[in-house]
Amino acid sequence: MDSFLLQIFSGLANGSIYAALGLALVMIYQSTHHINFAQGEMATFATFIAWTLIEHGVPYWLSFFMTVGIAFVGGLLIQRIFIKPVERAPVLNNVIVFVGLLVIFNAMSGWIFGQTVKAFNSPFPTASLVLPQYISGHQLGSLGVTLGVLLVVFLFFKYTPIGLAMRAAAQNPDSASLVGIPVSWMLALGWGLASTIGAVAGIMMAPVVFLDPNMMGGILLYGFAAALLGGIDNPWGAVVGGFIVGVLENILGAYVIGTELKLSVALVLIVGTLTLMPNGLFGRKVVTRV
Amino acid sequence: MKLLEVNALQAWYGTTQALFGLNFSLERGGITTILGANGAGKTTTLRAICQTVKTSGDIVLLGQSTSRYPTDKIVRMGVAHVPDGRGTFTALTVQENLRLGAYTRRDKEMVAQDIERIYTRFPRLKERFNQQAGTLSGGEQQMLAIGRALMLRPTLLLLDEPSFGLAPLIVQEIFEIMKNINEVDQVSMLLVEQNASLALNLADYAYLLETGKVVLSGAASDIRSDESIRRTYLGY
Amino acid sequence: MNFISTRLIWLVVLAGLFVLPFFLPNFRVFQVNLMIVYAIAVLGLNILTGYAGQISLGHGAFYAIGAYVAAALMEHAGFSAYTTLPVAAVVCFGAGVLMGFPALRLGGHYLALATFALALAVPQLLKHKAIAHYTGGVQGIVLSKPEAPFEFRFLGIALSEDRWLYFVTLAVALPLFWFASNLVKGRMGRAIIAIRDQPIAAGALGVNLSWVKTLTFGLSAAYTGIAGALGAVVIAFVAPDSFHSFVSISLLVGVVVGGLGTIWGALFGAAFIQFVPNIADEISKSAPWAVYGAILIALIYVAPGGVMGALKKLNPGDAK
Repeated sequence: MDSFLLQIFSGLANGSIYAALGLALVMIYQSTHHINFAQGEMATFATFIAWTLIEHGVPYWLSFFMTVGIAFVGGLLIQRIFIKPVERAPVLNNVIVFVGLLVIFNAMSGWIFGQTVKAFNSPFPTASLVLPQYISGHQLGSLGVTLGVLLVVFLFFKYTPIGLAMRAAAQNPDSASLVGIPVSWMLALGWGLASTIGAVAGIMMAPVVFLDPNMMGGILLYGFAAALLGGIDNPWGAVVGGFIVGVLENILGAYVIGTELKLSVALVLIVGTLTLMPNGLFGRKVVTRV
Repeated sequence: MKLLEVNALQAWYGTTQALFGLNFSLERGGITTILGANGAGKTTTLRAICQTVKTSGDIVLLGQSTSRYPTDKIVRMGVAHVPDGRGTFTALTVQENLRLGAYTRRDKEMVAQDIERIYTRFPRLKERFNQQAGTLSGGEQQMLAIGRALMLRPTLLLLDEPSFGLAPLIVQEIFEIMKNINEVDQVSMLLVEQNASLALNLADYAYLLETGKVVLSGAASDIRSDESIRRTYLGY
Repeated sequence: MNFISTRLIWLVVLAGLFVLPFFLPNFRVFQVNLMIVYAIAVLGLNILTGYAGQISLGHGAFYAIGAYVAAALMEHAGFSAYTTLPVAAVVCFGAGVLMGFPALRLGGHYLALATFALALAVPQLLKHKAIAHYTGGVQGIVLSKPEAPFEFRFLGIALSEDRWLYFVTLAVALPLFWFASNLVKGRMGRAIIAIRDQPIAAGALGVNLSWVKTLTFGLSAAYTGIAGALGAVVIAFVAPDSFHSFVSISLLVGVVVGGLGTIWGALFGAAFIQFVPNIADEISKSAPWAVYGAILIALIYVAPGGVMGALKKLNPGDAK
């Protein structure tokens, strides 16, 4: 029973990361109807920036917030410079731009920061204050941080005028421009926010899986699975989906199929959800775009 | 100064041209209607004013040449567009839709007051203030769309086929509200309508469009009473 | 172009193709062989993405399957290099059809997502213990290059294994290109293109969408699988880490550079993905990918039609 609970808690901790990634993916999907394949690599790059700041003696939390700020601006600029020109182009062109960004970010991570695996220290105490036999200090801390970020994002969208404007621009860009919302800038803001969330996910993940340019490759897959499971147009579904995927990954890995096939589990989840439950668990619209 | 002056206006959807040199103007305070058959370019004209289609030619709004302005700038000048199909944010609540209408405004207290005034004018919206807009009936959504537009405190209200798909009683109600808005709030209106008789009863001035050009214009009362024009162009 | 000069040009081209390997050192011939292999793989992807409009970010999976089928057959079942090709083709055709079924319901970025997931999962799958006996696990399988079946010298230069393989790959590639070229001009091809451009209309006109789409996936996978098998023979080695997700991305780069929806663009695309990394490697180990990414994005903005598209603009009278 003990080890089972351990897997559950560990799954929840990982799940919060997948939830964050899933949320970032859904946010971009909702406003642009495109899937940001480069999300993982952008998060990795941001994590490297954080690592560099820490290595140069900047205190952890200051580095954290500086990186988050840089990620926000970076995401915004990427939307303005790279994504905007192909906004109205066919899907394939967009996919290729995203793939191009993926490749560039991955290469830049390797080029600037080197290919060697780096250790990333956790700011949290090793032993958890709560239920130390089931969960480590870092897992609890990272769970807290990601939930905190998700809460802030939720409040932002629900209660601030800009949050409302962003939701409007995502749902109905034509009407949004008719009330004076600069739709294009809302998209850029969305990218900035998604980028921020991705950076947080990366920084929380690095102490666990160690930092190298390919850190997020497989994890991004879980983010996709989370987003699809929750319904690709439902941000909070993605959050729930993330936790489900996290727990499922651990349970299946420990008791059913062994840890080496974890990515294949994600693959099956993705293809299965797309084929059998295209709305996910909580999605509203049926989107069969051909 | 005229509220709006349009000269030699052309408009395109991609490579397809829809307006072929439109000339018209609007005076302050009146209701002008644009009539014509399907595909005549009525909706396109409204879109041209808001710059949501590609145009060439002159558009002078409140003395400023707006033909190259981005849409949000034109909105800030006081132009509210109620598009065809209502354009409500169906996944957002009624209240959120109204708040969005005031997006460009800075005066928070007045915005709150204005929302109350909209509820007074449209009691049915008040009942459903927290409901998702998509669950409202057609007539209620039309009221919501007009309400949202009014939240801007517009100088010019553009309406695209407000009668579309609505039962006659509701349409009557809405047209009375529109008259009221024009008289009480002194909002100038440009109304696109397929239902010519309704439009001519409400409007002061009318333009008739055919394949992207103005073929007839005049006081609404004149056109209304001219049987031959009605028969030839308006089908009644 | 009259009859005699067309014939003359073909003769010159064929002669050139024949003597080429004898004027290059073995290592270069090896690179050319790989380029031809990639050309077949890129052509396979282009059939699916360029003509049928279905985005696959996972064609590396079929390449890997073809390679491993060939390697396993040669290592464990004593197959000769040449007989593995049809087997790889059939297996990959089946895999493609299998992948084609869920693909029926997906379009655009959903399909890209599903195939991307496939690409990410493949290296892990290949390393798995359960099939390690056949796949050689993490270390992979080392093969030996087949020798030429006869002695031959041209202008004093021997027909080495690499030179022999040059003719083998050419002999496989040319019919494949010819077949593809005819396919897209024929009824099937028009059906495929119709589905890409106007799926609803195509359906209404009686084109059996599911059938055509699934077959196209299978065919595309078969092409890339044959390429994979040939690649295994040419390189004489397969290992799981050779087939990571970036292989799929390379193939897509090849398609875009060469020109979406063209047959001969595959050659330019293959040349690009074979030779650019070598040049870019001089700058930095990570540089090739940065260059890929930058060129991908630049091309989409500036020349979405790739090389073939640019050529067409210079010479509008040419057929593709």
